[in-house]
Amino acid sequence: MTRWRQPSILPGFGLTLGYTLLYLTLIILVPLAALVWRSTGIGWSAFWALAFDQRTLLALRVSFGAALIAAAVNVVFGVVVAWVLVRYDFPGRRLVDAIIDLPFALPTAVAGISLAALYAPKGWIGQIFAPLGIKIAFTPLGIVIALIFVGLPFVVRTVQPVMAELDREVEEAAATLGANRFQTLAQVVLPMLVPAILTGFALAFARAVGEYGSVIFIAGNVPYVSEIAPLLIVIRLEEFNYAGATSIACIMLIISFCMLLIINMLQMWSRRRYSNV
Amino acid sequence: MSEAVSRYRDPAGESPTWRVLLTLVAVAFLAIVVILPLITVFYEAFRKGAAAFFEAFQEPDAIAAIRLTLTVAAIAVPLNLVFGVAAAWAIAKFDFRGKTFLVTLIDLPFSISPVISGLVYVLLFGAQSYLGPILKSQGIQIIFALPGIVLATVFVTFPFIARELIPLMQEQGTGDEEAALSLGATGWQTFWYVTLPNVKWGLLYGVLLCNARAMGEFGAVSVVSGHVRGLTETMPLHIEILYNEYNFAAAFAIATLLALLALVTLALKTLLELRYGDEIAAGRKH
Repeated sequence: MTRWRQPSILPGFGLTLGYTLLYLTLIILVPLAALVWRSTGIGWSAFWALAFDQRTLLALRVSFGAALIAAAVNVVFGVVVAWVLVRYDFPGRRLVDAIIDLPFALPTAVAGISLAALYAPKGWIGQIFAPLGIKIAFTPLGIVIALIFVGLPFVVRTVQPVMAELDREVEEAAATLGANRFQTLAQVVLPMLVPAILTGFALAFARAVGEYGSVIFIAGNVPYVSEIAPLLIVIRLEEFNYAGATSIACIMLIISFCMLLIINMLQMWSRRRYSNV
Repeated sequence: MSEAVSRYRDPAGESPTWRVLLTLVAVAFLAIVVILPLITVFYEAFRKGAAAFFEAFQEPDAIAAIRLTLTVAAIAVPLNLVFGVAAAWAIAKFDFRGKTFLVTLIDLPFSISPVISGLVYVLLFGAQSYLGPILKSQGIQIIFALPGIVLATVFVTFPFIARELIPLMQEQGTGDEEAALSLGATGWQTFWYVTLPNVKWGLLYGVLLCNARAMGEFGAVSVVSGHVRGLTETMPLHIEILYNEYNFAAAFAIATLLALLALVTLALKTLLELRYGDEIAAGRKH
């Protein structure tokens, strides 16, 4: 018989594991099971009709599309920010490094009203674009702006530690062998960062898809145009349309689980890739 | 000689021009994306003058919202603290099958939309649920009341402390505890005098992040709150109401409190990372 746990002289295993499982079950698993249970009660064809009606599909498209664009923007600038913070020294570097985490710490509702004020046609940034005929707040573009804010720390904080661990001798070797700096960065450094960049992208994307508070103030929330999926869940709930809310939530939950799986696989790949460094 | 030095260029680094350029791009991006929104909060709050700013805090509904936010955090954070310590003890100090899966389950709330985190409790305890009529006959109200708000907050802040403690305690191993036990300490003494002092800064770090999220949570709480003014409105929800009533000065005034909370959290977090970097797990990550 193989033991399911290694023997240890430390006490308290049963108590702490038992409490962990009980608390996890009561707070997370039972409520999630209730969601799945309720969705099975809707019936397959009704569920299908609710989950894939025009308005839901467009809301999902807005959520996923905006999250994709925002995560892509964050990858480009996040990598530059991380590189600058890891490799260069300049006055105020510590402060800049600390401020990266602000989107983690600032409540989403505060970020939401602030971004809406900033990008509204009369706001500081909005009034620069308004004469050009570009509306940012209250359009899908505003959603992307909010999601860039929310996702930035995920990319920077995932890429930064991997950059710090990079072996600079490899870059020196490339330079010695005649590569110019651009070639070294593109063909030597970047490939080593790919797993971390992809993980950061996936984390920022996953967070952005479900984001609610920072988006709804700047989005305009026009059905079929700038309405995100989480908001549609709230609207269905306010209409007492529990089946509608449940079906959208289920679709989003399934996609979240797939994202989680992908992120875990990326992290495993990343760890395997650097286990020999 | 000096000319030779000044002409020297690190062969494995970018040229000074590129350095300056990339630094400017990074700083400009952060200024627009992160710092400008922060400044906007304070600018908008004081735009109508200091009197309007302070007036926002005199309103009974605002005071009730602040009180409710503090109450919710005071219940939710200790609950997740006890869970985090228990989970970290079981996971970090022992080896058993299914551990990776358990850690994945603990991280689950991070990847669930806050709106869904609130919705699950509405489906479980709401008036239309199976439990709804039973709860009603007993006179217990969970949804649209304090218990629901606390539950939704506990759900979204669930992983924060456990996630900070598990890698830290894993790295510290079990040597200290085994020594204490072999010297005759009881399990409880070992935990209190050996384990806890070892992880105190990491624990504080986790509590800080958990508290910031608990006080600022919007989506999950919004779904379960029912938006009863002065009763089930937390600070973020009160901000939304004021904003939707076009009372921008008051909305941003309340928002400055939460922005200050975020800044204090960041400052303490940075301080902990600088001073006790090797005593907190997150300090090692970057």
